Amino acid sequence: MVTVALDTGGADAAGPWIDRAKATHPSLIDTAHVLDELLGVVNVPSGVWIDEHGMIVRPPEPAFPWRPRQPSEELLSQLPPIAAEQLREAQKIQIEPERYLEALRDWVRNGERSRYALSAEDVVARSGKRDLARSQAAASFELAQHLQRAGDADDAVRWFREAHRLAPENWTYKRQAWSLADPLQGPTDSYESDWLTEVRKLGPEKYYPAVEL
Amino acid sequence: MIVDRLDQPPEELEQRTGWSIKPEGACRGEVCVPLASPFDLNDVAKRLRMALVRDEAHALWALGPEASGHSLTSAALPDIALPDRNGRDFELRSLRGTKVIMVAWASW
Repeated sequence: MVTVALDTGGADAAGPWIDRAKATHPSLIDTAHVLDELLGVVNVPSGVWIDEHGMIVRPPEPAFPWRPRQPSEELLSQLPPIAAEQLREAQKIQIEPERYLEALRDWVRNGERSRYALSAEDVVARSGKRDLARSQAAASFELAQHLQRAGDADDAVRWFREAHRLAPENWTYKRQAWSLADPLQGPTDSYESDWLTEVRKLGPEKYYPAVEL
Repeated sequence: MIVDRLDQPPEELEQRTGWSIKPEGACRGEVCVPLASPFDLNDVAKRLRMALVRDEAHALWALGPEASGHSLTSAALPDIALPDRNGRDFELRSLRGTKVIMVAWASW
C-alpha cells in the first residue's frame, strides 16, 4: 500500500496525520495534485490498483476501507455548528467499503485472473473525462496553487474559481481551495459555494459515483 | 506546468506529459508530431491538444494535460516520484514486482 496526500499545504498540512497514523507503508505528499492531472483523481479517498508490471488495473475510484463511525450527538454538540451540520450530511453519503474490500482481496489472491482486474482498454475508458475544458481546469488549478504558494492568495482565488467552473465534478479542486479560505470549508467571501451547500445541491447519494465492480 | 516564456521547451515537459522535443517534432514513443520552427509553446499546445492558460498580471502561463478524451492515455502507470513526510523522494517504480493499491487522501 502507498498513500498519497493531495495537499497544497504539503508536510505542514498532511504531516501530523501521517505521524499520528504511524504508517509503515510509503506515505507520500502530493503538493501539486499531480495525481489529479496524471491519473484523473477527482475526490478522496480514491484507490488505484497497480499490478506487478506497473500496469494500472483499476483507475481512480472511491476507496473506503470501512464505514466511518457515526458521531454521537454528544460529540456533535461540542463541534462548531457548521462542522456538526457537515458531519450529519456526510452520514447520508453512500459508500461501499464491504464490496470494495472483497474485490481488492480477490485481486490480491488471484491477480490478473480476478474478475475485478480490468483490461487496459477498460482502465483508460473508465479513467474520467479529459476534454479541453478539463485541460484548462488543470492549468487554472496549477496557476492557482503556484500563486497560493507565492503568497498571492487573492489572485489564486480567481484561478481556483476558474478551475471549479471548468471542471465542476472535481471535488479535489473545490475542497482544496475552500480549505485554504476556511479550514472547515464553510461559506466565505472568496467562493460562491461551500462543501455543505454543494453536497446538498447535488444530493449526498451522488457525492461518490457507485463503484462499478 | 508553469512557464514564464513560450520560446523554449519547458524543462518538465517530458516528465509531466511523456512528450519530448526533438528535431523531428514532439515525440512520444514512436509517434512524432511535426512542430513549427522556431519553437513556440502555443504551437505545441495546439498540436497536442493541451490548454495553455495565460495569467497576464504575473506574466505566466500554465500548460494543461492532453485533452485526449480520457484522463489516462494508457494503462501504464506514469513515472511518479513524490516526497514523503521528511521530503525524501519516493519513486512508485521502485514497487515493481508487487501489487500496489495507491490511496489518495487529503487532510482537508
